[in-house]
Amino acid sequence: MPDNLNLQLDNNGRLRHFLSIEGLNQSILTEILDTAESFTSVADRTIKKVPILRGITVANLFFEASTRTRSTFELAEQRLSADILSLNVDTSATVKGESLLDTLQNLEAMQIDMFVIRHQDSGSAHFFAQHVRPGVSVLNAGDGQHEHPTQAMLDMYTIRHYKKDFSGLRVAIVGDILHSRVARSQIHALNLLNTAEIRVIAPRTLLPVATESLGVSVYEDLESGLKDVDVVIMLRLQKERMRGALLPSEKEYFRKYGLSQERLKLARPDAIVMHPGPANRGVEIESSVMDGNQSVILQQVSFGISVRMAVMAMIVGQSGGDS
Amino acid sequence: MSLHIKNGVLVAPAESTQRAADLYLQDGKIIGIDQAPAGFEAAQTIDAGGHWVMPGLVDCQARLRDPGQPEKANIDSETLAAIRNGITTLCLPPDTQPAIDNSATVELIHHRNEMFGHKAHVYPIGALTRGLGGEQLSNMASLRDNGCIAFSNAKVPLANNLVQRRAMDYAAGQQALVIIQPLDHDLLGNGCAHEGAVATRLGLPSIPEAAETAALAKDIELVAQTGARTHFGQLSCARSVDMIRRAKAKGLPISADCAIHQLFLTDHDIGNFDSNMFTIPPLRSQSDRDALREGVADGTIDCLCSDHQPHEVDAKLKPFPSAEPGISGLDTLLPLALRLVEEGVLPLAELIARLTLNPARILGLPGGNIEVGTDADLIIVDPDIHWICHATDFVSKGKNTAFEGWDFNGGVTHTIVAGAIVYQR
Repeated sequence: MPDNLNLQLDNNGRLRHFLSIEGLNQSILTEILDTAESFTSVADRTIKKVPILRGITVANLFFEASTRTRSTFELAEQRLSADILSLNVDTSATVKGESLLDTLQNLEAMQIDMFVIRHQDSGSAHFFAQHVRPGVSVLNAGDGQHEHPTQAMLDMYTIRHYKKDFSGLRVAIVGDILHSRVARSQIHALNLLNTAEIRVIAPRTLLPVATESLGVSVYEDLESGLKDVDVVIMLRLQKERMRGALLPSEKEYFRKYGLSQERLKLARPDAIVMHPGPANRGVEIESSVMDGNQSVILQQVSFGISVRMAVMAMIVGQSGGDS
Repeated sequence: MSLHIKNGVLVAPAESTQRAADLYLQDGKIIGIDQAPAGFEAAQTIDAGGHWVMPGLVDCQARLRDPGQPEKANIDSETLAAIRNGITTLCLPPDTQPAIDNSATVELIHHRNEMFGHKAHVYPIGALTRGLGGEQLSNMASLRDNGCIAFSNAKVPLANNLVQRRAMDYAAGQQALVIIQPLDHDLLGNGCAHEGAVATRLGLPSIPEAAETAALAKDIELVAQTGARTHFGQLSCARSVDMIRRAKAKGLPISADCAIHQLFLTDHDIGNFDSNMFTIPPLRSQSDRDALREGVADGTIDCLCSDHQPHEVDAKLKPFPSAEPGISGLDTLLPLALRLVEEGVLPLAELIARLTLNPARILGLPGGNIEVGTDADLIIVDPDIHWICHATDFVSKGKNTAFEGWDFNGGVTHTIVAGAIVYQR
């Protein structure tokens, strides 16, 4: 089995798959952001389409439920003029006992050119990429607790949109780091883009061991962690975490780690608040913050379309964007 | 049947130096060393050509998947893999399908081994509880009478500490050996990689050291309470080695082994989700690996085993967390072990003791040594055979190796079981 972090790059260093931020480099990340920027105008056209993926068939394989990732991928594909096959695999063949590899090979027999896959196993996107035929591409839409690279790129896009440059920024990521594929991708991306300081803020039960090894500083206290940051990224807290004895209660979590107006004042006055969604109002974030003027949460969603368009365009070798 | 092995260099586990010697075998026994007994006539002679003559390896933990999982392996395929790789005795954990918790299954295993030509000796380890269900004691005394050499619940949890205490009490009363793989299943959870920087980076559900050490601490206390002679299998943590060392110093009747792959691999070998590196217990850190090596060197760890777990291709052809754990280890046990000598971990004779005499003594098995009167299970090893490990060359039905592409020195030229040549290179 090929064991190569740069499975996702071809011999010329161009994107072949998009599996993880880890293993990419600053210039590719910047190229994604620039290409995405050139695509934002597509949404303002009367006919919101460019022909970059014309004749290309994309299969969206979601083994886990998703609303916004899946719909923004589909919109991105449509705007690039791709032919689309969307499968909700929960209700499909795998419940009948078909293996992941069989599912893949059956779809390949339908001449799919690009797979967008979300799967509950960490490493599943790499697994797919290792087994597709040459010339077929795989985009990771979230693999277990490993990475969710397009989400991280739209977050980077959002940050760059509001803050221009990463080198002077302090960014805080707050919440369930342990189970978050979004956080892992964000951390790699922020590091590659030379962010001055990346903080993660969480109770110890929601931090993986050796978190510092990811290149972040760790805070177990929200208030000291928020001090003077430019960007606050809140993560979703899943309710199952209470049952696993990871946390005492939602109430206590909100008391200690919830983002309130009051606490947001500890950050820089021009700090932006982000959330990959779906958010739990009153659990990790106060409604007034979510709807407040520092929140860019809805903008993140719309940037998601152009970022996903950019990644797909680069994979087919077109990074010029508005062609 | 009589056999003369000439020009060999004797590697006897009880002797610290190797020396040239001739061996004389008759009726399955070693009947003479150096000097032929009076009237000895060799029906066959092997010229060992100055290569090592040593006892056949005793693998104290190898799954042959028989009965129950023919898609993975069977007694025929795996005993052939064993003898081709210098292993003459295999101890089978009870988690076959059905489990080894009744005399019929024990007889079936023996019957099948005879049917396939009794290439290697096969010894079943009985289930500690019925159906490995963790609640009711198995018929240990009867199972022992039928040939079970020890009792274990494999990797299946016991219902509670009371069951464990009573199982150990009962076994102790029957002078039976208990084998425990210390594992706290709550702490194990759905983990599939060592809790450390690698699992953090890859987002793999992790297995803390305490999944082993918390269980081991309790198990050692229950040994102290019950006096049950207990062998701890497949240790993976530095702290476990310490705990065994201290418990032995207190005089508790315990012994321990570790899987050979734990002495060479760490969690970094998972690389980019290589499912062949998925094992339970997991590949741990460099410092764990170093501590295990020290434990092997100073004798805290008495035995080395293959922890052989052959799989069909599909079992590993899945994303890492969904793959099945385990490494196909029969083909690499001896070459990896010899590498420990090359790397200066311990002298050859001591290494061989951990693969032969020690497990034989702990498990109460014949063989494992080279003495007049012992069973003639012997191998001849040419230390200068150089080869590269390829799964496609494996004799085992399981091609799931973690050592693809490794360079090895040392190869088996002859395997002799009960005085008969069962493999010749």
